[in-house]
Amino acid sequence: MTDLQVFRDETRQWLEQNCPPSMRSPINIDGSQCWGGRNAVFFSDEQKLWMERMAAKGWTAPTWPIEYGGGGLNKAQAKVLREEMGNLNARSPLDSFGIWMIGPALLKFGSDALKKQHLPPIVRGEIRWCQGYSEPNAGSDLAGLQTKAADMGDHFIVNGQKVWTSYGDKSDWMFCLVRTDPEAKKQSGISLVLFDMTTPGVTPKPIKLISGSSPFCETFLDDVRVEKNQVVGEINQGWTIAKYLLTHEREMIGGFGLTDAGSQSLAEYAVDALGITQGRLANTLLRSDVIRWEIDAAAFAMTAERVTDEVKSGQGVGATSAMLKYYGTELNKRRYELMMKFHGNDAMEWESEASNEGWLPRTWLRTKGNSIEGGTSEIQLNIIAKNILGLG
Amino acid sequence: MALVLNQEQQMLKESAQGFLSEFASITELRRLRDVDDDYSPELWGQMVDMGWAAILVPENHGGLGFGQVGMGQIVEQSGRTLTASPLFSTAILGASIINLAGSSEQKARLLPAIAEGQLTTALAVDESGHHAPANMSLVADKTASGFRLTGVKRSVVDGHSASQLIVAARTAGEAGDSRGISLFLVDPSAAGVTVERIPTVDSRSVASISFDGVDVDVGALLGEEGDGFAALSATLDIANAHLAAELLGICSEAFERTLQYLKERRQFGVLIGSFQALQHRAAHWWSEIELAKSLVLKSLQALDDGNLRAPALVSISKAKLCEVAELSSNEAIQMHAGVGMTDEYDVGFFAKRARPAQALFGGYAYHGDRLASMSGY
Repeated sequence: MTDLQVFRDETRQWLEQNCPPSMRSPINIDGSQCWGGRNAVFFSDEQKLWMERMAAKGWTAPTWPIEYGGGGLNKAQAKVLREEMGNLNARSPLDSFGIWMIGPALLKFGSDALKKQHLPPIVRGEIRWCQGYSEPNAGSDLAGLQTKAADMGDHFIVNGQKVWTSYGDKSDWMFCLVRTDPEAKKQSGISLVLFDMTTPGVTPKPIKLISGSSPFCETFLDDVRVEKNQVVGEINQGWTIAKYLLTHEREMIGGFGLTDAGSQSLAEYAVDALGITQGRLANTLLRSDVIRWEIDAAAFAMTAERVTDEVKSGQGVGATSAMLKYYGTELNKRRYELMMKFHGNDAMEWESEASNEGWLPRTWLRTKGNSIEGGTSEIQLNIIAKNILGLG
Repeated sequence: MALVLNQEQQMLKESAQGFLSEFASITELRRLRDVDDDYSPELWGQMVDMGWAAILVPENHGGLGFGQVGMGQIVEQSGRTLTASPLFSTAILGASIINLAGSSEQKARLLPAIAEGQLTTALAVDESGHHAPANMSLVADKTASGFRLTGVKRSVVDGHSASQLIVAARTAGEAGDSRGISLFLVDPSAAGVTVERIPTVDSRSVASISFDGVDVDVGALLGEEGDGFAALSATLDIANAHLAAELLGICSEAFERTLQYLKERRQFGVLIGSFQALQHRAAHWWSEIELAKSLVLKSLQALDDGNLRAPALVSISKAKLCEVAELSSNEAIQMHAGVGMTDEYDVGFFAKRARPAQALFGGYAYHGDRLASMSGY
């Protein structure tokens, strides 16, 4: 038996023994995933237990080094873990911007001290992070950000306003882009700093969306003290890290176009809603739309697969994250537009038991943001045109 | 299997690219058009010498057994150069259906001949303007010594030049039944066979073939009587996977030529590629081609692996490539504008070849419907 097979057997056995029964099914209530943090909300004792058991092995961040609390797995082992979790239908034990975003950035750009300070609490689900990027006047033009960090010797005093801070009101720390050199040209005077959300002067205020939910905040920063040892990488070199994180974010959001394994396909959903007549979906025009969507969704899923395989085998440049983000989010929007059509008037119910309190129209409205957050579709097309096609 | 080419497949792709761009470019297409020929026998001879006719022929019948992914690389390149040859009709259709349906005697006789370039074939399936293989009504009535074929086949690729016709005919049942279909090897010079060559929009041609009481003996039956649909269907899947590969080549070449044009053509004192209106269309177009690439490779791999989902994957691939080819060939003309409409520029030729390749053996509507039907909706 190869080492990898031994690892697979051991992993399977461990998961079988340690994954609580209620954690072996897809997440069925929106927002019921585990986010961790100082004020963590657990939907069940088993959810907490599952997070703690996985965290103890470092498997909430499987590929991070053991010295920072991670699982220390190589890529092949991490894939085995994913596969074995998939076989068990095991839920993600912990979702967090710490694991997805600032953790990878710290591993790549952070000092050893910063890694030691911040990574282990992320792995354990103790600290929940949020991202301070966009500002009221710096959306698509992110490098135009104006939040100022004044140099006070051993620390900065930060003043400004951030917007679209995901779960800013529920998070414990922020990674934040600030302008540390107002004289330098746009991209050159930016730094990435870290601070505790309980620092005096930090005020997150939820923004109500058209969907009725408030997953984002605007965050006011008034004379916020940030220690200089909380700068990631070099001062004034934050744009490089910001771009790295934006690429990372695009990859994450691009995954929205992929149907989760085990969940219902759009065609199955359509059949449930509309029924079958003579072997075909009852509404022939919608049937054509479903076919078109399923073809594009299959093509998209295989492209995500191909890009991964190309990177692994060192072939080609691979399609970039900009394309996946653009296509995946547009696909997801199309999906929800169709789901709305399948239900006609019933899809408009906002508050009713039958509609599960308007789950469909609320989710439909939320998808409109997919092609805006993390860089609009138009920005992604700009990136493709300039960086890949070389059109100036 | 990883969605990438292995080293051998990559080498085949590169050698096909080199050969076709040197000997079978669009200049060659113009030459053939001028002399009113469909393909050059000399060029086909060179392709045979390189082993391309043997790629899908199993090794025990003198072939290379190199598989669909390998063949797809050549076909994709031939889409870029718009190269016409018996590769599709003989090395893909003929080799596949004989291998899938033939008796061991038929395989031993015909497959080496294909691999060595001594035999060219044409597969006669469709009878109306729309691909609907189960709907065929050309009949093969039983006679004392064999069968008598009566009916008309249309849109037969290389039907006027092939030395061997392979005809799908009905020995039982009615139009619409997939059972009762049999495959026959028919000599194009047999009494009662009339072949009419019809030039098509791509400067190639198809044949309409009338079978007016054509007598064949029992030995002409390819496979079991009444049981030919499975082999035919599997052959059509292979054919459509390769038509998708050809369309991918067309899309890629049309795109690359247009991208180059955006970087050369000046209007209003600037390169037209600096206009965001064109940049966004080019970026969307590129994204669609990236998706198309994944499907073409996946469906070819699925055929090689004997994946049970191969028919569905082929239909997804063909359907999507039809749409991306329409987008690609039209955007190529529009972004070239006036010169894109001229015969002097090559770029309009991509639309002219894409449409027949799209329609052959079912276009977007056929394959979208087939996918949905296979998926239960």
